[in-house]
Amino acid sequence: MNKKRSLRFLAVIGVLSLVVAACGDSGAEFEAGELGAVTVEAGEAIQIRSLNAISGEVAFLGIPNERAIRMAVEDYGQIHGHDVEVGAGLDDLCSAEGGQQAAQTIVSDEQVVGVIGTSCSGAASGAMPIINDAGLAMISASNTSPSLTSDLEGTAGENYYEGYYRTAHNDLFQGQAAANFVFNNLGLTKVGLIHDGDPYTNGLTTAFENAFEELGGEIVIHTAVTVGQTDMVPVLTEVAAAGPELIFMPIFPAEATFIVQQAPGVSGLENVEWMGADGISVENFMNLPESEGMYFSGPDTRFAENTNEATDLNGAQFLEDYESEFGEAPSADFWGHAYDATTMLLMAIEEVAVVDGDTIHIDRAELREYLTGISGFNGLIGEISCDEYGDCGAAVISIFQHNNLADHQASKSNILYTYPES
Amino acid sequence: MSTEVAPEPVRSRRFKFNWVDGFLWFLRVAALIAIVVGVVGSIQQFADGEGPSAAAWRDLIVSSISTGSMYGLIALGYSMVYGVLGFINFAHGEVFMSGTMVGLISATMLFENGFWDSNPWISILVVLVVAMITSTLVAVAIERVAYRPLRGAPRLIPLITSIGVSFFVQYSFAGLFGVAIRNYPPAPSQLSGNVDILGIPIAGTRLLVIGVAVVSMIGLWYFVTQTKTGSAMRAVAEDKEIAGLMGIDVDKTIVTTFAVGGAMAGVAGLLWALLFRGVDFLTGFLPGIKAFTAAVLGGIGNMPGAMLGGVLLGLFEGVGPQLVLAGLGIPAVSQLKDAVAFAALVLVLIFRPTGLLGERLGSEDRV
Repeated sequence: MNKKRSLRFLAVIGVLSLVVAACGDSGAEFEAGELGAVTVEAGEAIQIRSLNAISGEVAFLGIPNERAIRMAVEDYGQIHGHDVEVGAGLDDLCSAEGGQQAAQTIVSDEQVVGVIGTSCSGAASGAMPIINDAGLAMISASNTSPSLTSDLEGTAGENYYEGYYRTAHNDLFQGQAAANFVFNNLGLTKVGLIHDGDPYTNGLTTAFENAFEELGGEIVIHTAVTVGQTDMVPVLTEVAAAGPELIFMPIFPAEATFIVQQAPGVSGLENVEWMGADGISVENFMNLPESEGMYFSGPDTRFAENTNEATDLNGAQFLEDYESEFGEAPSADFWGHAYDATTMLLMAIEEVAVVDGDTIHIDRAELREYLTGISGFNGLIGEISCDEYGDCGAAVISIFQHNNLADHQASKSNILYTYPES
Repeated sequence: MSTEVAPEPVRSRRFKFNWVDGFLWFLRVAALIAIVVGVVGSIQQFADGEGPSAAAWRDLIVSSISTGSMYGLIALGYSMVYGVLGFINFAHGEVFMSGTMVGLISATMLFENGFWDSNPWISILVVLVVAMITSTLVAVAIERVAYRPLRGAPRLIPLITSIGVSFFVQYSFAGLFGVAIRNYPPAPSQLSGNVDILGIPIAGTRLLVIGVAVVSMIGLWYFVTQTKTGSAMRAVAEDKEIAGLMGIDVDKTIVTTFAVGGAMAGVAGLLWALLFRGVDFLTGFLPGIKAFTAAVLGGIGNMPGAMLGGVLLGLFEGVGPQLVLAGLGIPAVSQLKDAVAFAALVLVLIFRPTGLLGERLGSEDRV
């Protein structure tokens, strides 16, 4: 009896809402979707946020991201007569706690439409639950952990939340690329892996392990250091005992520096090859004499010819603008990803915004839907298409050998392998 | 009748089972068995030609001892202050950090004009002196500003203050030097090779580290036991009031204690630079905690204990995982380095609650 009555009640509500919706179409009245909407009044700016690792040891990664975001906002210009405001850059501290705190700050402002960030995968795992609950969309330029999206075969990762997108590659690509290179090109079959417990580093070593074993190679040891660890002799002794031919350590510069500096003092590592990933193919690490000869995998950044269709800027012009504005080259490889992520968000806002005189309404659910549906968008990083779990990257991974201490750009052009193989 | 009843209570007391004691005994026995099985397993592996090679074991042991002697030098500062004032000076790790950070400036300057490579011994001596002076000044300044006004206060108050001071020093250095890791120049070429000791090749820097630590320890021992100021320090540690009545300037002696502890932290700062090269404003935190652990391990307030505790802690965390845990068949053991170090502390305290060489407490603490 009770059930029946409530069903009837629901039916009435349903019919009524249909009627209202039908009326809404004909009138100018805006109806917010299930995630709510942001209304930007006349003369106000559209609010988006930058959330990147801009302090501490990983600032080399977050700072170029944030700069690229601001450049993209400037290049894109106004949306339906409204300025776009990024506000002060928020810091993800490259940790889950940092991401969580910054996300709280972001969602406390109900005018915020979307977020470009985080820099670190670990920070995204802390930020996304909050961002998702608030109905926002977040596009990351440099998160690569598979756990944040999917295994590329239709299973969501453990840290996947709706509203998450990224222009960076999924590390399953990078793990495959690195494994192919080591097994086929270098012809090595015994590899030691070192991560630092972060979703990025652990995700990448695991992806490498799976791909490498599939190829027929052997992972002789898969171990970890802790963030902030300085004494690497015990871990290196353990790795040396396992007898690897190559050590793959996709970690961050602080710990990697201690590792390469202490490795000569450990017996059994004399003839081992070393390989890192995009987290350490950076200025301060590549300046170390010990890093010469190492292999590095990372996103292919030969973007000079690619043009972002929203702003008509190509990669070469971007780098020129960047250098003239900040007096240095970008310190990490994800500037193109950040620029594209920002233009994607701005384009999505422009497309879904309902213009009502000088006021615009941006429906959050529709914004997400639009982003998920992006397909064949030409960005600096290439052709961008999003899958249902938010992986939008035009993944091309390249591997180079660092053979020129004095000129890092020359080293980075010394590309030995590109994946997918064309 | 009475002769038959009398043994009853005695027997029942003897066989009364106490669960806490029983658990502790169980823990002791289990730990011993685990250690013995682990060590035997590792030796077995070594005999089978698995696990680290002999050369790798040698490198590991030497590096652990050198790291441990650095812990020991920092631990001295904790122990001496505890002996005299009865509280843990948590800012001591920052005293150590200030020495390395300022030493870095001199090292960089020497490196840039080529002196570092042409005169390595003098350069290291210069950095050592700079680090020692800085740490000493910082330690004395902390005592003067933060602890002396609290001399009569309950002991928890300077303890909490020391945590505040620790943050203050850390973030002052972050402001002065920035937050990035900065690297000391590489060790001079004369040191980067191996030195043969009794036919065993040992890395030069490690040997220098151990040597500097031993010399500092001997110097400190001489200072404390053979000089007048040293006797005054021991007297103040024993009983402040009586020492004051005997004409010892207690405040001055306490300053000396901080200064000597600071100087030892400065030496440790140089050793850190030789071992790890990379320093930032948080460098003092973990070594500080480890050194505090070392001080407790050896028996807090006890100076030889601090040094012994440091070396042992270095060995526990460096060699322990590989020797015990790998022998038990646990994979990727070096991740458990810190867990092993602190578990070792717990184990030692279960067997010897006052630390290896026993606590040395002042009269007020003995009550």
